[in-house]
Amino acid sequence: MKAISRRAFATLMGLGTASVLVPPGVLGQATPRVVVIGGGAGGATAARHLARDGGGAIEVTLVQDSPRYTSCFFSNLHVGEVRDFDSITHDYDALAAEDGLTLVIDRAVGIDRVARTVALAGGDVLPYDRLVLSPGIDLIHESVPGYSESAAERAPHAWQGGAQTARLKSALDALENGRNIVMVAPPNPYRCPPGPYERASMMAHVLTSRGFTDSTITILDTKSAFSKQALFSAGWRTHYPGMIEWLPPDVHGGILEVDAAAGTVETDLDTFEGALLNIIPAQRAGAIAVDAGLADDSGFCPVVATSMRSTLDENIFVIGDASIAGAMPKSAYAANSQAKVAARNVRVDLLGARDVAATYANICWSLISPDNGVKVGAQYRPGEDGTITSVSSFLSEADESDATRAATYRESVGWYDAIIADMLG
Amino acid sequence: MATKPRVKIPDSVTAGEVITVKALLRHAMETGERRNGEGNPIARDIINRFEARFDGAIVFAVDLNPGIAANPFLEFTARIDRAGTFRLTWTDDGGEVTEFRHAISVSP
Repeated sequence: MKAISRRAFATLMGLGTASVLVPPGVLGQATPRVVVIGGGAGGATAARHLARDGGGAIEVTLVQDSPRYTSCFFSNLHVGEVRDFDSITHDYDALAAEDGLTLVIDRAVGIDRVARTVALAGGDVLPYDRLVLSPGIDLIHESVPGYSESAAERAPHAWQGGAQTARLKSALDALENGRNIVMVAPPNPYRCPPGPYERASMMAHVLTSRGFTDSTITILDTKSAFSKQALFSAGWRTHYPGMIEWLPPDVHGGILEVDAAAGTVETDLDTFEGALLNIIPAQRAGAIAVDAGLADDSGFCPVVATSMRSTLDENIFVIGDASIAGAMPKSAYAANSQAKVAARNVRVDLLGARDVAATYANICWSLISPDNGVKVGAQYRPGEDGTITSVSSFLSEADESDATRAATYRESVGWYDAIIADMLG
Repeated sequence: MATKPRVKIPDSVTAGEVITVKALLRHAMETGERRNGEGNPIARDIINRFEARFDGAIVFAVDLNPGIAANPFLEFTARIDRAGTFRLTWTDDGGEVTEFRHAISVSP
């Protein structure tokens, strides 16, 4: 599995040129070690690209808590019966077989930034020269009064892929005609800005396809506006007339209490009853990043725009939803893009690789109804103010043809296959 | 076709208090300008009139027009000097009236 790398070969041959390639800090040490925490769109991409582009000169260890990965992206399409659960669930076999990459199925429980080690729940301690942290989000259940981790079993958030996705789908399957769905949408910033509204679309599609036209979906939002709002509003009118009701804070007056057992959400305006409650609370960076002191008061992790390096620890890169990536949304596409910038900068640090100006990209596709896809996207660069800044952007137009919308959806399916391949091989 | 309105009005106030009334009605507010998948126009169907009466006297009224978003939300203030009953009505293009009544008691 481990071939002799070019660098190791050069060292074996006693070639002085090796010192040209290797920064002084790494000389005299064995192969530099990189630990990547989190096997999602950010972490898996970073680990795979580091292993491949490191050419065996870096020992990459990916720590992932589960041997199976169910993507949160496209999980709304499972709820909408457009994709089955297996099609959004993947294993790590191909990634684990990459040269130079070791997969550890365990949970990272702590980072010692002085000793530069990661402690695992199973007891192992992994030393690192550089750490790439991609823990995703944690949900702040208590940000919604009355909501809790235990309430999430009855009133799922389904904002992390896997069991919660399945729980929401089961609840939707159990809904009877005439019974209603009440959603609570989270405050900014959060994972997948158009996600709550795509989810409402997909649930409306299922209700409509079952002939459940007496059921309604009410979105109680904590925001006054949302991503692709005009596109969603028009799509709801066309495809699900009268079914989806979106209420911003100045209408409902504030969310006072969620009672998961009773199936109610009390607002200042009125109490909303739902046989299905889908409560999506506020979010912050994954606990391991917060516990390591890498987050600021926002709950997310500040990073250097040119590299995704933590502004609080030069040996750590934070990518994906846990990072504060300027104008970039929290999305799988963004995490994948950031992972490549971080991976390159790790190689600059450890192997003296050539530095290249960072560029980033994002596209968020949303499905309004089957074959009716819309998208928003942008290119990004480090801005003069030190944050990641949009340099060009695009958005689906309001009056696109069915053919254009179908093409947009097909494009998103192609992207899904491509990002999974880029992450997991 | 309208559903049950959601209204916030206090149950009791002190005499002379200015209260805020919030009223939300779920309604498609179909403008009459849109066409369906076959290209045929979708008939206009909106709430065209909202009235709030206190013991029969109008305290707030609105004529609504096409172009107002679905699920119209109305908020107004009123000074309450004596006990009485609010009667809120929403009238749609078909003449259907949705009604909501709420009594307010007053302490001196």
